[in-house]
Amino acid sequence: MIDREQVLHVARLARLELTEEETERMSEELSKVLGHIEKIGELDLAQVEPTSHVVAVDVALRPDEPHRSLPRDVALAPAPDVADGGFRVPSPQA
Amino acid sequence: MTAELIALSAKAAADAISAGELDRAEYFAAYRARSAADELNAYVWISEEGGARAAPVSGELGGVPLAVKDLFCTEGVPSQAGSKILEGYRPPYTATVVEQLTAAGTVLLGKTNQDEFAMGSSNENSAYGPVLNPWDRTRVPGGSSGGSAAAVAAGLAPWALGTDTGGSIRQPAALCGIVGLKPTYGSVSRYGMIAFASSLDQAGPLARDVTDAALLYRHMAGRDPRDATSVAHPEELVLPSAQDLAGLRLGVPEDLTGEGVEPGVMAAFEAALAQAEALGATVERVALPHADYGLSAYYVLAPAECSSNLSRFDGVRYGLRTPADDLTAMYTQTRHDGFGPEVKRRVMLGTYVLSSGFYDAYYASAQKVRTLIAEDFARAFERVDFLVTPTSPGVAFELGALTGDPLAMYLNDYFTVPMSLAGVPAISLPCGLSDGLPVGLQLAGPAFSENRLLDAAHALEAAFGFDGAAVRA
Repeated sequence: MIDREQVLHVARLARLELTEEETERMSEELSKVLGHIEKIGELDLAQVEPTSHVVAVDVALRPDEPHRSLPRDVALAPAPDVADGGFRVPSPQA
Repeated sequence: MTAELIALSAKAAADAISAGELDRAEYFAAYRARSAADELNAYVWISEEGGARAAPVSGELGGVPLAVKDLFCTEGVPSQAGSKILEGYRPPYTATVVEQLTAAGTVLLGKTNQDEFAMGSSNENSAYGPVLNPWDRTRVPGGSSGGSAAAVAAGLAPWALGTDTGGSIRQPAALCGIVGLKPTYGSVSRYGMIAFASSLDQAGPLARDVTDAALLYRHMAGRDPRDATSVAHPEELVLPSAQDLAGLRLGVPEDLTGEGVEPGVMAAFEAALAQAEALGATVERVALPHADYGLSAYYVLAPAECSSNLSRFDGVRYGLRTPADDLTAMYTQTRHDGFGPEVKRRVMLGTYVLSSGFYDAYYASAQKVRTLIAEDFARAFERVDFLVTPTSPGVAFELGALTGDPLAMYLNDYFTVPMSLAGVPAISLPCGLSDGLPVGLQLAGPAFSENRLLDAAHALEAAFGFDGAAVRA
């Protein structure tokens, strides 16, 4: 069971604002899905190695060769707010 | 005339263009006109008229139009991943796989609708509205590559690109009566695919028949220096030619029975197995003891990776921004306004399972389950050549039927998720009808077995004789 306080805590971690209604619904829906996930607890996993990636990829080193990256104006073109050749954001301390 | 053009398979059209028997501009215009009249909401963007003329003529695929799932970045063309948070986003670069297919001669016809960030099994999670199933417009096409599947099934595209994280190519292919291949993880570059769950996401073809799927995949595969997890396919990819299944052993996973399978789907599945035997295959039961835990592990791993990947949508570099007085409020309000309900649910679930104190119980355990499932598959493939299951527990369901119950929606992925966790290739091909709606058969093989897998599917396809021409009319 994941309660209202936990939902709000996780939402803060996720940088996600939730309405009152969304918070209520999230508590109920997440609890239900987590209930299904609990099925994993039936297995004895003490001696099992984790798998993060299924395909064996050797350490993927490449030659350190310079290449052209996106021009600054192209990279900035899709941004919502641009100033002085950079991304403009509101102050963190406003 | 248009009807004759639309009736051609992609390969037949490519061959006719190469032989000078078909004018590629006329062929493109026929598809463009049909797509512009799309009533299924399969497309979110369609190429301008005359798009074929600008394209290069060279390449085996010489001018055949291609529908591309919205989440592939295409330079200067909207790439919104079905999300409001990317509304109007036109990327400054193109995904490797789209570049490769363009070099091989395909022409971008349109971008197809999808569940937001590929999270969903019905295409109802798109910010741009649901897609309708061409077999019955009151039903969903499946998801998340629902627009691509509906477009191919309805003859609005000769073939299409999709992505599959837990079933997002195979399940919509099954529900729309077409062929969908999820290739071996790593065999197709993910560069320029807007990420959902990076250790599972894989691009693949949706096509009218197995040969077209093989032809498109042949030009998709390859190691890409821009995706460090991509690997070169160890075999040269060839077009399928098998006429029978002589000597092949097929395994039906006894632990993946899924009590929720509809009787009509089970009947079509059993009839398909009988036809496989008639083609010379033997069918046996195999153990896949941990597959039943696949869905639980998947709904830890995929949301965890999604919560990390989607942190980039913060209103700073692209897409939507909701103005606010301070930075944190700008982040949280932008994400509130830009993400839909299912994406919020998975971001929350993923953040929860990764949060302090829960990591070992959820994420680390799910990674261990993944090991057990991969070992199950390896053991099964010592005994049999391919595993077979129904692709989806049911046929296409009514729009709105499952939107209120996320867990019931997730169960759609019951048969497709284990292969994703194991990273092995799997194909869905239509094997019959249940109540007038298509049923998909899933075949899965060992990593990099695409040549053999497509060959087997090719032989089965001829035996099934499934005909989707009526919905393309």
